[in-house]
Amino acid sequence: MFKRLTLIAALMLPAGLALAEDEGMNLMHAGTDINNTASLQRGARNFMSYCSGCHSLKYVRYNRIGQDLQIPPAELTNLMFTSDKPFDTINSAMPADSEQWFGKKPPDLSLVARAKGTDYIYSFLHGFYADKSRPWGVNNLYLPAAAMPHVLQKLQGLQKPVFKHEAGEGADAKMVLTGVEPMTPGSMKPEEYDQFVRDIVNFLDYAGEPVKAKRQSMGVYVILFLLVFFVFAFLLKKEYWKDVQH
Amino acid sequence: MAAVPESASPAKSGGLVQWIDQRFPLLSLWNDHMAQYYAPKNFNFWYYFGVLSMFVLANQLITGIFLTMSYKPSAAEAFSSVEYIMRDLDGGWLIRYMHSTGASAFFIVVYLHMFRALLYGSHRKPRELLWIIGCVIFLLLMAEAFMGYVLPWGNMSFWGAQVIVSLFGSLPVIGGGLVEWIRGDYVIADATLNRFFALHVAALPLALVFLVIAHIMALHEVGSNNPDGIEIKKHKGPDGHPLDGIPFHPYYTVKDTAGIVFFLILFCGVIFFAPTFGGLFLEAPNFEPANPLQTPPHIAPVWYFTPFYAMLRAVPSFAGTQVWGVLVMGGAIVVLFFLPWLDRSPVKSIRYRGPIYKVALAIFVVSFIILGLCGMKPPSGIYPLLAKICTALYFAFFLLMPWYSRIDSYKPVPERVT
Repeated sequence: MFKRLTLIAALMLPAGLALAEDEGMNLMHAGTDINNTASLQRGARNFMSYCSGCHSLKYVRYNRIGQDLQIPPAELTNLMFTSDKPFDTINSAMPADSEQWFGKKPPDLSLVARAKGTDYIYSFLHGFYADKSRPWGVNNLYLPAAAMPHVLQKLQGLQKPVFKHEAGEGADAKMVLTGVEPMTPGSMKPEEYDQFVRDIVNFLDYAGEPVKAKRQSMGVYVILFLLVFFVFAFLLKKEYWKDVQH
Repeated sequence: MAAVPESASPAKSGGLVQWIDQRFPLLSLWNDHMAQYYAPKNFNFWYYFGVLSMFVLANQLITGIFLTMSYKPSAAEAFSSVEYIMRDLDGGWLIRYMHSTGASAFFIVVYLHMFRALLYGSHRKPRELLWIIGCVIFLLLMAEAFMGYVLPWGNMSFWGAQVIVSLFGSLPVIGGGLVEWIRGDYVIADATLNRFFALHVAALPLALVFLVIAHIMALHEVGSNNPDGIEIKKHKGPDGHPLDGIPFHPYYTVKDTAGIVFFLILFCGVIFFAPTFGGLFLEAPNFEPANPLQTPPHIAPVWYFTPFYAMLRAVPSFAGTQVWGVLVMGGAIVVLFFLPWLDRSPVKSIRYRGPIYKVALAIFVVSFIILGLCGMKPPSGIYPLLAKICTALYFAFFLLMPWYSRIDSYKPVPERVT
């Protein structure tokens, strides 16, 4: 395992990059809101159009999405692969040998928001930049040597990496990747793209824990009930303890 | 006990209770442990954590039974079955969060319960056995929590099990065979998950319940200590009851009810608003299924084990073996058992102890917390050094106690509770 990591690191070095892997790039703030149903609906649509070709949500069922995100059955059908039934989970169209295509099987994203955090996904989808040395011509600021192509390139456009000159001259120059900047524009304005990605991330946050919004709203009532209960329990204690001499 | 009278009518008021009581010591049990058990009247905040430990134990048992109904203890299905509980099972998410939050809550209340003993000398004569039973409970609780953590079969479950089980491998001679015996395989695998499930849901809970009953029986035999650290049984009224005691029921049942409800407010706050508690109660890498080929970037046990994990890492390998760290970690638990005999102070409660013990206890608590933080961080920078210092302080608190507790000054202890 360690050998493979060293190998990857060694392969990345000739490009003159020394990525601060441990500290990592500062993540962007996703700013999602699990209670924003419109955003979740858009996110579901975006996910099904752009992501679900490769990425499954194997723990998420269509009809549950319809119920939770208030999507009427007729519209729900538009989101589904034609052969799927509403109670099916969301499976990708990837054949078993997709590992041959990407070097890595596109991972299931049911729990990605819980494992990696919403900020990470939001940053990742903003982090693609042109890199000719990579098979798909793009690399990612937040996941160096990412196996994934920039699926949203048409929307976002392409970014180019920004390097900082750290030390040395000429061939010995040590360049540090510090960020990205726009190179070619996409069909969306930056704010539109931000919102587009935010909706996907919001949807993935929902997919990671479908009960999240309900849990929080239920929690308010539970706590209120307990507060009232506590007042009565406390008064009962005071009443009983009146005759105990302190 | 009187013979069963032929004419006893179960329809009479109290008839059923009487009927049972003639066949089972119902009333005497009730009286011995509730209505006629005299507890000191001056219990303070620190005396809630015993009943809270029992409350959380009950929570774990009940939610655990329901989880068992839907969980599949196999490497192929475990992870998916937990997601099934979280998504498809009605109310499954609530049961699961009650159980996962309960695990952390258990350690919070047990640590505070043990700290109470250090404050008021609850481990001192005549309560040594009570303390020892408590230490065994603590030890089993750690085993129970560790095995429970493996069951969701997330990536941290897998690698945590890998690290902890391989510790036994550092023992000389028997190490290799022992590890294989624990795992039931050459690696952490399906067989390991299966046996951990058996131990987690049957063997250890059973042992825990028996020990908790023994703990309470031992407590009620010697009577509760109190914040003054004096024996209320020394001053009894004409009715034979301690003058400073009050019947556990109803006084402490109503007081503990209020305490439990207050605890529930915090507990439900976590369940409903922060069930992962920022990655402390449910760690982020555990939302990825176990993957033997992919080590998480940083393996850290759950927060309640981190003080001991930090001690393990603080000890360098020596003479070609890592066993010393394992021995130190084990020693950190073993030394607890000897506490009643290490403390030589003539008084029990911190209220009447001198400055040395107060400072020692403060240093001990701070060291333990720093150890916990060190155990969460990767072993680099300042943390290894901090962990070494705090490990030394942890042991110094116990091993130097026979001396510093004897030379420490103390104040006169009152005759009656204050």
